[in-house]
Amino acid sequence: MKQPARYDVADRAPRTLSDFLLRWETILVAMLVLVVIGNTAISPYFLDIYNLSDATFNFSEKAIIALGMALLILVRDIDLSVAAIIALASLAMGLAADAGAGTPLLILIGLSVGAVCGAFNGFLVARIGLPSIVVTIGTMSLFRGIAQVVLGDQAITKYPAAFQTLGQGYLVRWPPIPYSFALFLLLAVIFAFVLHRTTLGRKFYAMGNNPVAAQFSGIQVDKIRFWLFVLTGTLAGVAAVLLTARIGSTRPNIALGWELEVITAVILGGVSIAGGSGTIPGVVLAVFILGLATFGLSLINVPGIVISVLLGLLLIASIAVPIVVRRLMKKKPA
Amino acid sequence: MRREFILALIIVGLVVVIGVRAPVFVTPASLVNIITDTSFLFMLALAQMIVILTRGIDLSVAANLAMAGMLTALASRAMPELPVVAIILLSTFCGLALGFVNGALIAGLGIPPIVVTLGTLAVYRGLIFVVAGGQWLTSDDMTPQFLAFPKSTLLGISSLVWIAAIVIAAFWYLLSQTRTGRGLYAVGGNPVAARYCGIDLAPQQLLVYSIAGAVSGLCGYLWVSRYGIAYVDIAQGYELTIIAACVIGGVSIAGGVGTVSGTLLGALFLGIVVNALPVINVSPFWQMAISGAVILAAVIVNARAERRAGKLILPEARQFAGASK
Repeated sequence: MKQPARYDVADRAPRTLSDFLLRWETILVAMLVLVVIGNTAISPYFLDIYNLSDATFNFSEKAIIALGMALLILVRDIDLSVAAIIALASLAMGLAADAGAGTPLLILIGLSVGAVCGAFNGFLVARIGLPSIVVTIGTMSLFRGIAQVVLGDQAITKYPAAFQTLGQGYLVRWPPIPYSFALFLLLAVIFAFVLHRTTLGRKFYAMGNNPVAAQFSGIQVDKIRFWLFVLTGTLAGVAAVLLTARIGSTRPNIALGWELEVITAVILGGVSIAGGSGTIPGVVLAVFILGLATFGLSLINVPGIVISVLLGLLLIASIAVPIVVRRLMKKKPA
Repeated sequence: MRREFILALIIVGLVVVIGVRAPVFVTPASLVNIITDTSFLFMLALAQMIVILTRGIDLSVAANLAMAGMLTALASRAMPELPVVAIILLSTFCGLALGFVNGALIAGLGIPPIVVTLGTLAVYRGLIFVVAGGQWLTSDDMTPQFLAFPKSTLLGISSLVWIAAIVIAAFWYLLSQTRTGRGLYAVGGNPVAARYCGIDLAPQQLLVYSIAGAVSGLCGYLWVSRYGIAYVDIAQGYELTIIAACVIGGVSIAGGVGTVSGTLLGALFLGIVVNALPVINVSPFWQMAISGAVILAAVIVNARAERRAGKLILPEARQFAGASK
């Protein structure tokens, strides 16, 4: 008879149907289907390819940032300054546009400002070792504060037409796919590949589950954290380019409160705030749920503030309900 | 006590520097005005501090404040004969109820505080729109006694400051004179060890979020009556100023570290900066950038202090630590 070795690891139990059905992503798909059915029922304008394509304009920019935020939260960090980075990047582009910069230069400036802001966050968090939530609350005030000092109560609205096409134009005419949405889909595929199919992705999970153990197994934890902040800052820069081009103006209160919407999408997508679990498909599904729910409700003239109540409830319920269900299921056999 | 002493010195230095540039700033009337203005921040920062002590965070306090404030304004319009005491109780209980909801979700279901309060921040803010139907209530909608209360004075000090003083005293008593208060430091410092000592996290969480809610509610009425206006967006983003006051005052976001005096000084520092900018002819647009820079500076200093304090456990070890260098 085979003696069990000391370090034998049991095979993973075979996956059952109930495992699949109870996966968070499956629940999200069901929620998305419900949102689509519900919206179709209440408004005849919902299932229209042009309207749906229009709807993507309103969430693609936030969705792009959510991809970076998902990785940050996965490794137990958070960046509350993303919306403020948008304000600062948009300001820099506005000043450059006033000075007569062309579209390629504007894009470069937007992305660089995002990357530099992200590097500043990353430096304070990963090199100096400060808690990310406090650092980014501070930089959130600092970045938006700088934009406010420079702009005061003014707005910059002189952007070249070619630049504005970036935020308003379509990559494909039929089906109508805007640049911003196409970019989001492309980035989502890349992020999903890196997180779920590469060793780098496994490192993120290891860091999120146990940063100390990850450090001792040779993962350069602080280096990775630094670059994740740079990445998220850069994505905020991308969002700043798209948003500024779409609305064609820079104001100090641009993208105000977006950090909360982005974090809501990431958490609804199943990324644990404690780190170490979550998937990119989950985040993408959550982005669609939030985006389409918002769009459908605004089609029937529900005020934005009421929509935000519903999304807040959705966020809490999506986490509370599984916990309650699990507790009830545990009680039954006893 | 050293930390608080340094912060106090910085504040005195700040006042002196501003006073040299603008003598009007250091007149008694102006200083009293600063204290009165900062009363809200004193109370709310202490409430936030006990939440952060337990390793939590409450982002919903400003929304809670606005909701309670709106409710009192509506109540006062519907029932003009309502005495101020009843309005204060109504405001506090509204805040307490909303805070209790946070606490129940966090303590009862074990959902992370940042997730819960992020959600309830949106929900409470939106509920204001729902209950008020999106309308603005101005001082015309409020009764004279409703508006007069925060400005009324006793012994030359406004009742707003008196209330803040009572709240501060209550927090001091809770944290330094009661078992519950020691328990808050214990669960924040080391939740596992606290549990082995018989101090459970869940009841403490329920308590701190309820207190934070009640204080926010109380401030809701005071805010609305002081500024004479209630609408959906009052005190928008104020939760970050409150957290900033805590951080500047030396409260560790990792839990278990923070004092009443430190937090009060942190709040006072922000209050002085906000009030000084217009006096020394700096555009108020600078306020946000300055408070951001101050938060970063404070958190860097805090981290240094914590690291130094963490290394030496026994005083006798000092010589060995010195020798090994």
